[in-house]
Amino acid sequence: MRLSPDEMIFWQHGFFKLNGTIVFTWILMLVMVVTSRLITRTLSLGLTRTRWQSLLEILVTGIEKQIEEVGLNQPRIYLGFLGTLFLFVAVACLGTIIPGFEPPTGSLSTTVALALCVFVAVPLYGIRDQGLKGYLKTYIEPTVIMLPFNVISDLSRTLALAVRLFGNMMSGAMIIGILLTITPLLFPIVMTALGLLTGLVQAYIFSILAAVYIAAATRTLQAKEH
Amino acid sequence: MLIDWFTVGAQTLNFLILVWLLKRYLYQPILDAIDDRERLIAEERADADAKRTVATQEREEFREKNEQFDKLRADLVRQATEDANVERQRLFEEARKDADALRSKRASTFDREQTRLNDEITHRTWDEAFAIARKTLSDLAGVSLDGRMNEVFTQRLRGLNGEGKTVFNQALKSSTDPAVLRSAFDLQPEQRAALQSVLNEVFGANISVRFETAPHLINGIELLAGGQKIAWCIDDYIAKLGTSIRELPAAQSDQNDDSESECQTKADTQSVSVAEAQ
Repeated sequence: MRLSPDEMIFWQHGFFKLNGTIVFTWILMLVMVVTSRLITRTLSLGLTRTRWQSLLEILVTGIEKQIEEVGLNQPRIYLGFLGTLFLFVAVACLGTIIPGFEPPTGSLSTTVALALCVFVAVPLYGIRDQGLKGYLKTYIEPTVIMLPFNVISDLSRTLALAVRLFGNMMSGAMIIGILLTITPLLFPIVMTALGLLTGLVQAYIFSILAAVYIAAATRTLQAKEH
Repeated sequence: MLIDWFTVGAQTLNFLILVWLLKRYLYQPILDAIDDRERLIAEERADADAKRTVATQEREEFREKNEQFDKLRADLVRQATEDANVERQRLFEEARKDADALRSKRASTFDREQTRLNDEITHRTWDEAFAIARKTLSDLAGVSLDGRMNEVFTQRLRGLNGEGKTVFNQALKSSTDPAVLRSAFDLQPEQRAALQSVLNEVFGANISVRFETAPHLINGIELLAGGQKIAWCIDDYIAKLGTSIRELPAAQSDQNDDSESECQTKADTQSVSVAEAQ
């Protein structure tokens, strides 16, 4: 039994390899970009618009609203990163209803990669907002003693992000796989539906946590807290 | 090992590429479209606000104009009513004046007609009276009317005395022209001679007289001298006769009224009698 699509090796040359995670990610990227391109190619500026355009507008404005509610006053700066996080995880989850498709988020490598992106993005947004000195100063607040705890907190939350998403996605796929061998008819369908819900919740949690971390690193949240 | 670091790197790269692609093909176009639409809506709202403001102003102007129009119309109606009343009063007065004029004209025409009728009656009465008088005198006494008139005038001249005689005598003497004796009929030479002699006798002098015939006198003789006149004619009698004729309809009307009242009384008496009989 495969625990991760990483184990699906299509091509390998030394360190370089083409496994299932990468291929399914490319498929996802292709679907998302092509769909976006097709819909946004003919956008209507009037009051009447297509239902696909309405769907995308609801999605984008919904994400923007969520980011703003977390406490980031200029959500459009973070929309690209946080929105893509949510959409990537959500679409990967929704893809599980297609037979033969394995979500790339079920790979610990992918979740680690996403967590690393958050790990890097948080200080970058923090430094962009309040400067390098101001951002580094947050690590020794309220006292210098807190420095190791803050560093450990950053590392642990990154690890938690990666493992939480991987565990949920992988466990869902695993449960469905195991149930297929025991009760191959009705129960896997119910679990797949539950898995969809779980995956969407995870996508929401992952992106919201990333937003909270970024908000915590920027001056906005500090101003709010004061 | 669950973590493949090549895959981690590849997925990181894939994710960053996906971020860029979605920003380019999803977020930016959608946000631009939303912004454009909001701008469009804002412009339309601003335009609608401006139009509403203009419409409100125009409505106010229209309302004011309407009020002015109503006021003007009321004034015009009031003015027209007053003019109509004045015109009606004028027409009424004019009609009344016309009616009065017509009535007075009719009255005057009636008066003229009555006068003409009276004159005609008078003339015919004269003619008939004279014809009867001539006939009567001729048949009963064998004298003519003209001769009898001449005699009467002669008697009146003889009977002249007092102040009248003095005044006329002075008039005869002061006048350079001869006295004029007018008669309605032609005087016979012997009648003229008789009159001349009477005049000479009465006024004690030889009076120069010129005899003239004046048909308008209608059975009368008059003597004119120095603005004085002695005359006898039948006009007085005729005037009395005309007066009595004119009074005749009134008398008849009174008589009719009396007879009607008598009839009414009689009728009442009869009705009373009938009622008692019943």
